[in-house]
Amino acid sequence: MTVHRFTSKPYMVVIALATLVLLLPLVLPSAFYLRIAALVFINALAVIGLNLLMGFAGQVSLGHAGFFGIGAYAVTLGPAYLGLPVWASLIGGAVFSALLAFIVGQPILKLRGYYLAVATLGLGLLISMVFTNEADITGGPNGMEVPRLVVFGWRAYGSQTWYWISGVSLVIGAWIAVNLITSPTGRAFRAIHDSETAARVLGIDVPRYKLLVFVMSAVYAAIAGSYFSLFDGFVTPDTTGFIRSIEFVVMAVLGGLGSILGSITGAAILVILPQVLTVFHEYEHIMLGLIMIVFMIFLPGGIVPSLAQRFRRRTA
Amino acid sequence: MAEFLQFAFSGLTVGAIYALIALGFTLIYNASDVINFAQGEFVMVSGMTAVFAAAAGIPLPLAALLAIVVTVLFGILLHRLAIEPARGASPVTLIIITIGASILMRGLAAVFFDKNFHSLPPLAGDTPLNLGGAAILPQSIIVLIGTGIIVTALWLFLNRTLMGKAMLATAANRLAARLVGIDTSAVIGISFVVSALIGAIGGLLATPITLTNYAIGTLLALKGFAAAMLGGMGSPIGAVAGGLLLGLLEAFGAGYLSSQYKDAIAFIVILAVLFAMPQGLFGRASIERV
Repeated sequence: MTVHRFTSKPYMVVIALATLVLLLPLVLPSAFYLRIAALVFINALAVIGLNLLMGFAGQVSLGHAGFFGIGAYAVTLGPAYLGLPVWASLIGGAVFSALLAFIVGQPILKLRGYYLAVATLGLGLLISMVFTNEADITGGPNGMEVPRLVVFGWRAYGSQTWYWISGVSLVIGAWIAVNLITSPTGRAFRAIHDSETAARVLGIDVPRYKLLVFVMSAVYAAIAGSYFSLFDGFVTPDTTGFIRSIEFVVMAVLGGLGSILGSITGAAILVILPQVLTVFHEYEHIMLGLIMIVFMIFLPGGIVPSLAQRFRRRTA
Repeated sequence: MAEFLQFAFSGLTVGAIYALIALGFTLIYNASDVINFAQGEFVMVSGMTAVFAAAAGIPLPLAALLAIVVTVLFGILLHRLAIEPARGASPVTLIIITIGASILMRGLAAVFFDKNFHSLPPLAGDTPLNLGGAAILPQSIIVLIGTGIIVTALWLFLNRTLMGKAMLATAANRLAARLVGIDTSAVIGISFVVSALIGAIGGLLATPITLTNYAIGTLLALKGFAAAMLGGMGSPIGAVAGGLLLGLLEAFGAGYLSSQYKDAIAFIVILAVLFAMPQGLFGRASIERV
């Protein structure tokens, strides 16, 4: 697992992404495509957070849909039970996720490798189970309707509005991530990724940095979750389930761990592919599984880093 | 007391199935550091094949044999076509491949079989036995005996055959194993065959009680993984202990506390165990080399 280092100009990625977000609506033929693009952006936001944790700091989480779900339910439950405005509930969801990650992270992050994976998996399941079982509050498996986001009297709905909200948020999210990984904190993450013992010997406060990146990735997931349910207008416990946690991990690894562009690519592939594969009807899952296997065999480092390496080898 | 026995028996029955899946995880992990998320799919493929073969008029013992052959074939294909070509890739990449394989196998089962729930006729009828006031299905006892036989056979294989010893050596130190002439790549192949075989038998044992459908694999893989970690990754004894313990936790949690939160109770205990023993119950402490 090598960490993809941003070659010369890390901010090029952010600028390229901003340009893409600006220009994409000019070529997309209908609102349906804007909707898909918005879904890609929302997923990519969560995956960038997970990538900070997995790709840069080397800590596995199989429970990130839990934080995603907290964000998704915060914008539903906050207005319904606490009378909060939606935007305040969104921030509240992010703060709650951060707090939960902070409290749970302290003991959990002492675990390593697959032990951490099973602990985060348990955490995600517990969160998902609360949303499923507390049917009096959350509507249980039937889910709940989500109110519209209203900012200064302006109601956010429709594919176009959400395209811009999620697109701009993704650019900001990517910018923060790039900033972080090019800073001394980012170098500390990578040192921990390579060897925790060596990082500690170098004087890096390993538990503190692990906790920091865990909390950050939880906030990314919570905000993405809030967007997801606000955009969809409906939320069910599936939003928080184990399958979605796995999807996030697959997006991060398929696109390329340690690459911001990879996270966006991975999210794009896993959101768009099922839409395209519906033409295969009942063979959809067979195709999806096959494509995942083939990608990972031929581009084992993830799509973006593996292709970048091939390209560099050819030009060198 | 009758209630306690009832919960204990149902917990042990489910736990035995978790233990078999956890054993499959452990064998492949020891050979290759990979967590094979398609492990639950082996159980599903075997159960579904047996159900549909039996429905097609094939006598039950032959249908069971066919199910084992088909499942082991899947194990070999998974290794040959998906794991072997990606040799040298990081464990994370290989895990994503096994997730892809699990989606693929689920898709195949949905197309070639169907999406309904199915059961197999139990081997010894379904009149419950009365044991200290608890009603126990004969199939539960068959599951426990079957699991016991598999665990014993696996122990004999690992400790009494050359191939088994090669697997243990590879698990202990891959580089050293290669240096003394063990074909570690073949060991990975064998670990997939044996894991698929254990999964296949698990599917045949469990289907009469737990039913089967194309989508049960994910949940089974999740439980098996949790059981393997609880016991300590890489330890076959830990896998069996972890599986049985997880089954008992769920059964007692559902019986005495809350059936809605039985998985939550199980996971809280797992978390508590891992905080006290970060390597699981029987795991080896790992030493990081810098």
